[in-house]
Amino acid sequence: MANDTPIIVFDNVSKWYGQFHVLRDIQLKVAKGERIVICGPSGSGKSTLIRCINRLEEHQAGHLTVDGIELTDDVKAVDAVRRNVGMVFQQFNLFPHLTVLENLTLAPMWVGKMPKKEAEDKAMAQLQRVRIAEQAAKYPLQLSGGQQQRVAIARALCLTPKIMLFDEPTSALDPEMINEVLEVMVDLAKQGITMLCVTHEMGFARQAADRVIFMDQGQIVEENTPVEFFNHPKTDRAKDFLSKILSH
Amino acid sequence: MAAPPKTRSWSWRSKAFRGVLYQVLVLGLVVAAAAYLFSNTLENMRVRGIKSGFDFITQPAGFAIGESVVPFDSSESYGKAFLVGLSNTFRVAIAGIVLATVIGTLVGIGRLSRNLLVRSLSGAYVDLLRNVPLLLQLFIWYFVLTEMLPPIEEALHPLPGLFFSKNGLQFPHPLWVPGHWGTLAGFVVGLIGVRGWARWVQARHDATGQAPMFWLPALAIVVLATAVGWLLGGAPTGFDVPEKTEINVVGGGAVTPEFLTVLLGLTIYTAAYIAEVVRAGIQSVPYGQHEASVSLGLSRAKELRLVQLPQALRVIIPPMTNQYLNLTKNSSLAVAVGYPDLVSISNTSLNQTGRAIECIAIVMACYLTLSLLTSALMNWYNRRAAIRER
Amino acid sequence: MSAVVFTPIASRPPPVSAQGPLAWIKRNFFDGWLNSLSTVVTVLVLLWVIPPLFGWSVLHAVFAPDNAACRAAHAHGACWGVVVEKGRLILFGRYPFEEQWRPMAACAILIALLVASCLRPFWKRWLAPLWLIVLAICYVLMRGGVFGLTPVETARWGGFPLTMALSVVSLAVAFPLAILVALGRSSKLPAIRAVCVLYVELIRGVPLISVLFMASFMFPLFMPQGTTIDVLLRVLVGMTLFAAAYLAEVVRGGLQALPKGQVEAAQALGLTYWQTTRKIVLPQALRLVVPAIVNSFISTFKDTSLVTIVSLYDLTGALQLALGDADWRKFFLEGQLFVAAVYFVFCFALSRYSRWVEGYLNTGMRRQ
Repeated sequence: MANDTPIIVFDNVSKWYGQFHVLRDIQLKVAKGERIVICGPSGSGKSTLIRCINRLEEHQAGHLTVDGIELTDDVKAVDAVRRNVGMVFQQFNLFPHLTVLENLTLAPMWVGKMPKKEAEDKAMAQLQRVRIAEQAAKYPLQLSGGQQQRVAIARALCLTPKIMLFDEPTSALDPEMINEVLEVMVDLAKQGITMLCVTHEMGFARQAADRVIFMDQGQIVEENTPVEFFNHPKTDRAKDFLSKILSH
Repeated sequence: MAAPPKTRSWSWRSKAFRGVLYQVLVLGLVVAAAAYLFSNTLENMRVRGIKSGFDFITQPAGFAIGESVVPFDSSESYGKAFLVGLSNTFRVAIAGIVLATVIGTLVGIGRLSRNLLVRSLSGAYVDLLRNVPLLLQLFIWYFVLTEMLPPIEEALHPLPGLFFSKNGLQFPHPLWVPGHWGTLAGFVVGLIGVRGWARWVQARHDATGQAPMFWLPALAIVVLATAVGWLLGGAPTGFDVPEKTEINVVGGGAVTPEFLTVLLGLTIYTAAYIAEVVRAGIQSVPYGQHEASVSLGLSRAKELRLVQLPQALRVIIPPMTNQYLNLTKNSSLAVAVGYPDLVSISNTSLNQTGRAIECIAIVMACYLTLSLLTSALMNWYNRRAAIRER
Repeated sequence: MSAVVFTPIASRPPPVSAQGPLAWIKRNFFDGWLNSLSTVVTVLVLLWVIPPLFGWSVLHAVFAPDNAACRAAHAHGACWGVVVEKGRLILFGRYPFEEQWRPMAACAILIALLVASCLRPFWKRWLAPLWLIVLAICYVLMRGGVFGLTPVETARWGGFPLTMALSVVSLAVAFPLAILVALGRSSKLPAIRAVCVLYVELIRGVPLISVLFMASFMFPLFMPQGTTIDVLLRVLVGMTLFAAAYLAEVVRGGLQALPKGQVEAAQALGLTYWQTTRKIVLPQALRLVVPAIVNSFISTFKDTSLVTIVSLYDLTGALQLALGDADWRKFFLEGQLFVAAVYFVFCFALSRYSRWVEGYLNTGMRRQ
């Protein structure tokens, strides 16, 4: 990679929910174009970690820098970061009162100030990319779960973000639909976009990730390449976690 | 190949046969009961010498009506009296609906405010007013407006032209001259102009992505068009302003304390229910919608306009129209404070003519028509606005 | 290969600026300029309104039933003495003075049963028959004529016992009727469905007052020549028909919310329509709408105030009666506030209970 500056830097970041210390002194650097899978038991703070990156959650201690901009209370800084970061949610969160195409053109037209025709062309291109262009005129609730999640991915991509965040994208899907979403994510990974993905899908991690981060109780316990992590976990906690999820 | 025709068997064990039998039984019971009641009624009416029929509608009423939009005296027919009553009902209902919506929406939004004081006060308002009967609230308002205000000789004078006393509220209003048609026409033209402006702004945004300012020019268009219309009508400036004399206040428009009681009571009571409807509607939009909007970079104002409000309104509008209907039906309580609405006029007519069934039937028919119209409108809206699912 | 040493970090409390009373005040009252402005304006308005109100209702108020003292304090002090003086008349209407222990006892038993019905340990099979027995006892107590109690005709019943009697009895009778109508409305047989729809839409489309007028004026005409119908009975029939129409819609909501799979499973097991309804559909559907039913009770309780207009002296009507007395008429407001407080306490308690029931039933339905 030509550019050496990491695109995301967590410097001793801590976060509390009330009295609960959910993120404890996180130190993390993410390089440009790197694909990271974050795994761990529930309640370990994985979702909170990535939600801090686009300021859906606010950290109370430490410094978090995204694409050179530090995330603080400064509203303009937060807006600038959000323009470069796309997010895909577990519950899809598509807008049910708009068609698929309107869901995708909403932000480019109203935030990116793009003319309608240009926005629609771009949207159709993204829908092609996730292989769902024929559903453009339908409403979200008329589609299956897997189709809705692919539309959600296309919607995030319409703003050409530098970073894509995935918060358990397949956890709310029926098993037969998980594959179609994972295929899209693997394609994206091959195209060089920086990705942080919280997921339990270890197959995806093996296929597409550069690094696997294991979190437990608010801390990063272990990080390594997928091959090393799955075959030679170094800490007891990681070994324990892997034995639970890989045996089922 | 189409399905073969159904074979019907007329035995006790056939489900279709039983269905028909039950319906025949139920209908038979209902018809028999109705016939019994009907024959009793005819007999009773014959014995008591009560006449029946709607012919009384054309006879002179013989009573005056306290307040009305059109002049009415006792020599006019019962039919006209009923119409005046209906107009009074509409008068207080429409004013009440507008005011209650404004107040209710503000309180509903206040219930969700981040400010603890505003939240608590809004909550207290809703809890207090929903747990006391409306009739009692009307009585309290009536007492306050007729006993605790000064008599007309010492009327309160909060603003120039406004007089507030036991005899009601007197206010200035513009004198109606034909020139005002010009003002009205100007206003309508202004509204059409705003619609055209909205279309142009939308087209401009679609084409170039730039969103020109909408509200300020829209306001300017309406004001300008109305002013031009007013000028063309001859610029009429006549105002009927009430003036205070030694023992009275003359001139200007007036509303009676009875009208004010019903209006205030209905408005404040219904606003509490509307506040809950608005609150439930806003809260019905899942939090995930806010998160998605935020991660797409939408500002708060755009998020409200494009994502939250369209979804919230779908949940708010059906129960809201239900509340409007309730307000209209509740206006019937005006009979208890002496405001001459439809029920009150019907009551007077009933007492005078003895035609209980006819008078009550007229009232019920009026309200029923209103309810059914509103239901039909609501069903049409629901079908059109429904979020399409699989 | 040696295991990597991992040192876990212990949990720490959050930094001071994010919590504590100062942060709480900032968050709730001064979070942003609009918020701060609202706080300031509200506090100013409260300061302008509350001290005079407090002075009027507490500091300068007259608590003794002394007409002269009340008149002297009229403009700047409330006369709560009117409540002491007229209290029994307001609460019990025109019921004979010496016998007023009877409506009081009847009310007490009814309220006790109501409270008991709200509590979980009492949700047993014998609750429904118990209700019938208690209602019968209350009727006998109020009516008299047996067991050496002097008879008191229903026209003299009034005040709070009348309000309670009207609400409880009309709801008790309306409930089974509403279930039947709701089942009929969901039926596949068109004639039955039409009759039920007609009934519900007719009653819901008109104000309660016209239903009461109809019951009051037209009911005697419907009965065979020569029979007289008790005024209370007429009004009761009107209120019951009205309450049943609204309750039928509530029950129908519950029936619709039930997943279709329940009925299909029952049919697959071979249950008949009435068995399915009684054992599978109704228990679940009714549990779904208990909060709405409690809200119906609150509405009916408030609606009983309308019988004032057809000359029955319930709590609101008794107030009008009590303050017809010219001496005390000036202090009508205090009397009205007292009656409003009685309604408020009762209805507010019921609405809190409704919220508790909703929470309780929701946790019960979720997987444990």
